[in-house]
Amino acid sequence: MSTVSTNHGEHHHAHHFDSAEAEYEASKFGTWTFLVTEILMFGGLFVGYIIFHQKFPEMFHAGSKFLDWKLGAFNTVVLLISSLTMALSIYYAQHNDKAKTLFNLYVTLICGGIFMVVKYFEYTHKIHMGLLPGALFNPQGAEAEAAFAAYSNLGMYFSFYFTMTGLHGSHVLVGMGLIAWCIVRTHRGEFSSKYWTPLECVGLFWHLVDLIWIYLFPLLYLIG
Amino acid sequence: MSSGGHDSHIPLKTYFNILVALLILTVVTVAAARVDFGAFNTIIALGIASAKAFLVLGWFMHLKFDDKIYWVMFGTSIFGLVLLYFFSVLDIYTRIMQISPL
Repeated sequence: MSTVSTNHGEHHHAHHFDSAEAEYEASKFGTWTFLVTEILMFGGLFVGYIIFHQKFPEMFHAGSKFLDWKLGAFNTVVLLISSLTMALSIYYAQHNDKAKTLFNLYVTLICGGIFMVVKYFEYTHKIHMGLLPGALFNPQGAEAEAAFAAYSNLGMYFSFYFTMTGLHGSHVLVGMGLIAWCIVRTHRGEFSSKYWTPLECVGLFWHLVDLIWIYLFPLLYLIG
Repeated sequence: MSSGGHDSHIPLKTYFNILVALLILTVVTVAAARVDFGAFNTIIALGIASAKAFLVLGWFMHLKFDDKIYWVMFGTSIFGLVLLYFFSVLDIYTRIMQISPL
């Protein structure tokens, strides 16, 4: 295997790897190691949420009433579809179909955008009602004030809500950036049945972001 | 020289079937939340979410078709969270109110 670039855009494995296969496996192993740290980071918040949910079930129930489960369900569907198109983009790259790889990557990117637009409207609504995290919590309007009068620690629910969805939303934004990078490289014709490692690793990250939302949706929007 | 290729033989149709299963489970979790199972509400919601997570991990992230080491890596993170939960619960539910004598 030569390390001299013959074809423009064709990938050759770095010299410190025995083979392209070894390079691919090392990249994937590194990505999974990173995903483990991501799960531990989000996991701390989940553990906190579950423990305080057990301690104050009525207060969490009152808090979740201010969330629109229809928007949460819509965003769940959007992310699930984006996970499918991400997987399909890799499938088509493996089958040397550049046009379909690009189409699926663009759909994934657009789905990420739709998710963030819905989040923007949800956040605007909460900010308007003063249902903000920590010291910023300042409920406005009859409904929010009544809930606060009934549960003096209602602010804790919105601290969890904003921290968890905020961290998740920032991951969606990072994921969208990575997908845009994959789109640029696909346009350049860098991916094929011989090399698709970046798509694979970005895909794993994107699926993890979807996975976290799969747990956030029922915990924040549905139960309480 | 092909890079890896463990996953290149998942048929296209399988990916669409997984999406359909995930969408059905989303409907199930919304429907289940409308019924009050009392203390089981959280467990049922987490159970359905875990079934969805299994589908995403197994097929979209193709853990089912990969080297077993990736299941082990994923498992270590979940094990770490179980430990964190266990010791946090031990701490929080065994706290005694301290009253300063000063």
